[in-house]
Amino acid sequence: MAQLTCQNLCVGYDGKSVLQDLNFEVFAGDYLCIVGENGSGKSTLMKTILGLQPPISGRILTGDGLRKNEIGYLPQQTIVQKDFPASVREIVLSGCQGRCGKRPFYNREEKLLADDAMEKMEITKLSRRCYRELSGGQQQRVLLARALCATQKMLLLDEPVSGLDPKVTAQMYALIKKLNHDDGITVIMISHDISAALSFSSHILHIGESVFFGTKDEYLKSDSGRLFSAGKGGDER
Amino acid sequence: MNAMLQKLVIYWDYPFVRYALIVGVLIALCSSLLGVTLVLKRFSFIGDGLSHVAFGAMAIAAVLQLSNDMPFVMIVTVISAVLLLRTGQNTKIKGDAAIAMISVGSLAIGYLIMNIFSTSANLSGDVCSTLFGSTSILTLSETDMRLCVVMSVIVVAVFVLFYNKIFAVTFDESFARATGTKASLYNLMIAVVIAVIIVLAMNLVGSLLISALVIFPALSAMRMFKSFFGVTVCAAALSVICSLAGILASILGGTPVGSTIVAVQILMFFISWAVGSVNGGMQK
Repeated sequence: MAQLTCQNLCVGYDGKSVLQDLNFEVFAGDYLCIVGENGSGKSTLMKTILGLQPPISGRILTGDGLRKNEIGYLPQQTIVQKDFPASVREIVLSGCQGRCGKRPFYNREEKLLADDAMEKMEITKLSRRCYRELSGGQQQRVLLARALCATQKMLLLDEPVSGLDPKVTAQMYALIKKLNHDDGITVIMISHDISAALSFSSHILHIGESVFFGTKDEYLKSDSGRLFSAGKGGDER
Repeated sequence: MNAMLQKLVIYWDYPFVRYALIVGVLIALCSSLLGVTLVLKRFSFIGDGLSHVAFGAMAIAAVLQLSNDMPFVMIVTVISAVLLLRTGQNTKIKGDAAIAMISVGSLAIGYLIMNIFSTSANLSGDVCSTLFGSTSILTLSETDMRLCVVMSVIVVAVFVLFYNKIFAVTFDESFARATGTKASLYNLMIAVVIAVIIVLAMNLVGSLLISALVIFPALSAMRMFKSFFGVTVCAAALSVICSLAGILASILGGTPVGSTIVAVQILMFFISWAVGSVNGGMQK
């Protein structure tokens, strides 16, 4: 059974739809890249999957032991976060909030989970540092560690490498690949970087005027995929 | 020095001075706790906006000749706070514009109503004391003080119990919501608590200077500390110290209470800035 199923999904805001008739399934261990032009509705789709806004029509089903609020989320950075006075540990620990329910404070198990996540992201040494003083790549690792506190099953990443330099970008991709491969975490990633999408992902969802969903190999043979691999998707970035 | 101490000892015998000190410290504590969240959420001016709403509500209450205007003012302010913090999320009118609109609007309406239906001979004196709170803290009754103590205990308890949730919602609302935290509920809670604090604080510094109580301790603490916990504790401590110093200074010097407290806060801000720069410089 699929972890996430979208049936005839139509997403948009204020009653206007941006994307119609989406049908796709994500299975445990998949690495799905969502690609498409600016304004094609990638972020709207992601917000709808996360339950931040209601779908206009259609259904989003979770299954295979995945509950709706067990999807970890790596958002694009907001202005508020740029000068937020918080230590790395405080932020990572806040990922456990969903587990707390009505309990006001974190218990030992959750603190261990946060330590584990920081260990995995190699930021244990930074745990007392202030978030706003970190580099862009380190900040992304902190937010990724926080997402890991919220889930062990599925991660949604919204352009995780935007604004990072090539070296840090490569490290970030390797880290995500490792989570997918070694820990079996399902990854759904929005990306502008089509070449990276093609080298790391197992499935591609291309949205825009024509919608494509399938495995990476199928995508390379399809029309829109051929356009990209021939380098005509340059205006994408 | 001795003369000053003697003066303080004499004043301490008056119950209204003790009430003023107790109420001043409690309100400073409460407003600074939520100040950190509000400054970070870019709602620094909500204190100003809501206090003007409370001013407008007081004017209406005076016209309606309500004997006890507290419940009426409280309800109106709470509703406005909820509406303001909501508009922060949907983007038709941005948060700062909405606050400016409501703030200026209710100030104007309040003054207009007071003018048209004036019952008192000294109108400008009334307005001035509502805005600057020049006398009211020294006219507090024992009931006022009790009410303030109870409310402050509730505010502090709510803040401590929901500390982690407030942090999660302030730092990243979408993430909190996506992972199953009821963000809108906690936003509502923050709005209600803030409105309660502001109505209480109007007695202390008057409506114009409330913003200072909300933002100065938070900003001072943010110069010096780097974790959310550190900033919150430091803001609370600074706020209490500044209010104590401000009230004592105003008793000794015969200056208006509200403006004296704010002057002390400004001084503290520059000291914190200097301390923060020196510390930051040493780390580098």
